[in-house]
Amino acid sequence: MQNYYNDKVVRQFTFATIFWGIVGMLVGVVIAAQLWIPALNFDVPWLTYSRLRPLHTNAVIFAFGGSALIGTSLYVVQRTCGVRLLSDKLAAFVFWGWQTVIVLAVITLPLGMTQSKEYAELEWPIDVLITLVWVVYAILFFGTIGKRTVKHVYVANWFYGAFIITIALLHIVNNLVIPVSLTKSYSIYSGSVDAMVQWWYGHNAVGFFLTAGFLGMMYYFIPKHVGRPVYSYRLSIVHFWALISIYMWAGPHHLHYTALPDWIQSLGMVFSIILLAPSWGGMINGIMTLSGAWDRLYKDPIVKMMVVALSFYGMSTFEGPLMAIKTVNALSHYTDWTIGHVHSGALGWVAMMTISSLYVLIPRLYGFKEMYSTSLINVHFWLATIGILVYVVSMWIAGVMQGLMWRTFNTLPEDGTLKYTFIESIAATKPYYAFRLLGGIMFLTGMFIMAYNVYKTVNKKKPANVLIPQAAGA
Amino acid sequence: MLDSFWHWFVIIGSIANILACWWLLRWSAKTKVNQTSNNTTGHVWDEDLQELNNPLPRWWLGLFYISIVFALAYLFFYPGLGNYKGSLGWTQVSQLEENIAAAESEIAETQKFWNDYSNEDLATNRSVLETGKRIFANNCAMCHGSGGQGATGYPNLADADWQWGQNFDQLVDIITNGRTAAMMPWIASLGEDGVKEVSAYVRKLGGLEHDATTAEAGMAHYNKTCIGCHGPTGNGLQALGAPNLTDKYWLYGSDDETLYETIAKGRRGQMPAHKDLLNKYRIRAVTAYVMSLSKKPETDQANAKSN
Repeated sequence: MQNYYNDKVVRQFTFATIFWGIVGMLVGVVIAAQLWIPALNFDVPWLTYSRLRPLHTNAVIFAFGGSALIGTSLYVVQRTCGVRLLSDKLAAFVFWGWQTVIVLAVITLPLGMTQSKEYAELEWPIDVLITLVWVVYAILFFGTIGKRTVKHVYVANWFYGAFIITIALLHIVNNLVIPVSLTKSYSIYSGSVDAMVQWWYGHNAVGFFLTAGFLGMMYYFIPKHVGRPVYSYRLSIVHFWALISIYMWAGPHHLHYTALPDWIQSLGMVFSIILLAPSWGGMINGIMTLSGAWDRLYKDPIVKMMVVALSFYGMSTFEGPLMAIKTVNALSHYTDWTIGHVHSGALGWVAMMTISSLYVLIPRLYGFKEMYSTSLINVHFWLATIGILVYVVSMWIAGVMQGLMWRTFNTLPEDGTLKYTFIESIAATKPYYAFRLLGGIMFLTGMFIMAYNVYKTVNKKKPANVLIPQAAGA
Repeated sequence: MLDSFWHWFVIIGSIANILACWWLLRWSAKTKVNQTSNNTTGHVWDEDLQELNNPLPRWWLGLFYISIVFALAYLFFYPGLGNYKGSLGWTQVSQLEENIAAAESEIAETQKFWNDYSNEDLATNRSVLETGKRIFANNCAMCHGSGGQGATGYPNLADADWQWGQNFDQLVDIITNGRTAAMMPWIASLGEDGVKEVSAYVRKLGGLEHDATTAEAGMAHYNKTCIGCHGPTGNGLQALGAPNLTDKYWLYGSDDETLYETIAKGRRGQMPAHKDLLNKYRIRAVTAYVMSLSKKPETDQANAKSN
């Protein structure tokens, strides 16, 4: 067995990624519909927006994104180290442990059990399980790197490694609580310290889960798929170290003009601005790696997806520093612009990168050259791309409109009162909520098409058992 | 204020990180990485993964340097480095205060005239009513409803029934200083049966369907315990905010269950004071608007008749 790669755990995580992607995005579509027509919660407590919203975010980030990251990292680390995973048992534990966490989230969040920390809602017993699974995952990943037969550690593994270490740190610090029962606990932090810790966690979850981790995915699957060398080794070094050090400071930009001291807000803002160049380093390396394969763009929808993923990555990492500027934030904060920004990153970058990587990965796991249907991938590409655009553009318009409506005063010769009431801004937003729902439905439809395409590709097929090349260590 | 350890911790940590980025950029420009004939680093992974070693794009380097220069300049002008206040002396509180002061001085220009208007002038001035309407929508509507129609526990302002007083100066005082309407809990002294009997009597006062015998028994309790605030005929007392029980309007509800709860457990209605939220001109404007709401049903009726 040691002569073969362990692809079983990769296959498990791959199917879990697609399954949880559909679940998480379906919940997203439901709550998007509720914002448009609030009565769609049918007055059932566990169908209310307040309970389904954390279910949506946890399902898409940790169930869909997490399964994709863990699965691909375990594939990439074996291929680029030329060895089988450190331990099959630990691998199985990571898979079943992570799925248990997700199932517990699906049960407890609709029941209203929550720590009330954004993106860290799960109560303490589940947090303990996450910690355990994560430590085992770290041992599995770094242990495999430790026994590699290739001298150099491939760039994708730097990013996966940074993601694994930092998420452990963030998760533990942010979830320090004092339990009062099995389902209830209180944070050890209070007041603005609690807010600061929460957004130090929240922003770095974006930075290390949704950025660094997926850059790892990008650094393997793009050069692999197009058969081109990575554009610049030294660019990858520079942007890696700059990205992971600068990201750590940027969290306070989520709390501009709040009880947070002025100095932390300023530091959060300037580090967010410095973050632009390191973020774009990854985009440049990806796009320039693709640049020798532009002919593929015409006929290969997977390459199209990769280009769109990198484009949305570049756009949202430009938008982020922009929104972190105090003056811009004064307009954008608390509006749907933030929601648009998040989804241009989450759908455009994270989901597109995942989907394109899985279309490369799945045939290889079964010993095929390509998926069952390339034209269905093309349909998926267009549905997803147009869906994202409809979603993001409608939220941009809605967000800027809300920000302007909330701050518009009647000045002289009038009376200095607010021109609009809050409810008027909600009424004005309603049509954009309908468009957002449409965009979400398009994206979800694409996921169903993917599931069908994957089913046709792997159904009744025997998984490939891939022999580790003996020359791998050369 | 941070103590000096954290003050320097923040300064050294943040500046060191920024300078480390600068150093990284300089280092990468100078360092030669071994290159093979095909311009790759010579590393190969997974059979065909290789790396070129192209130089960093110049525009990207420029962008990086500019952002670092901007950051250092910003941290010179604005607070960011621990307890250092920044050369401009900016704080978010001072920014807010300046904005408010600028707006207030502009607004005062318009509103100072209102002070000279009599109550009657304000109540009939179209532009004052428009202003009052917007103030109402942003400050009062969340409890009293967008049309002043009220909600359970929040008085209806659009009818002719007033809990605390109905003339202009009384309303100004209510809005300025707020009110607390305290109805005592009576379950301890009346017992369950007593509360039920009083409920029946209250329904009788309100002209609602009731059991005559129970109400009769309730009257005795009423005359001992309720009469002080709600009066012998149930007409209430505005000075105490005690509601009139004989009209059709019920602040918390008139069904047996709700009345039982109201009498047994008491109620505590809170109208917050607005003197620090709205200035005296705005309070007068919103008062004029609230008074106009109350007259509305009659106007509507008049319109209906004339149609």
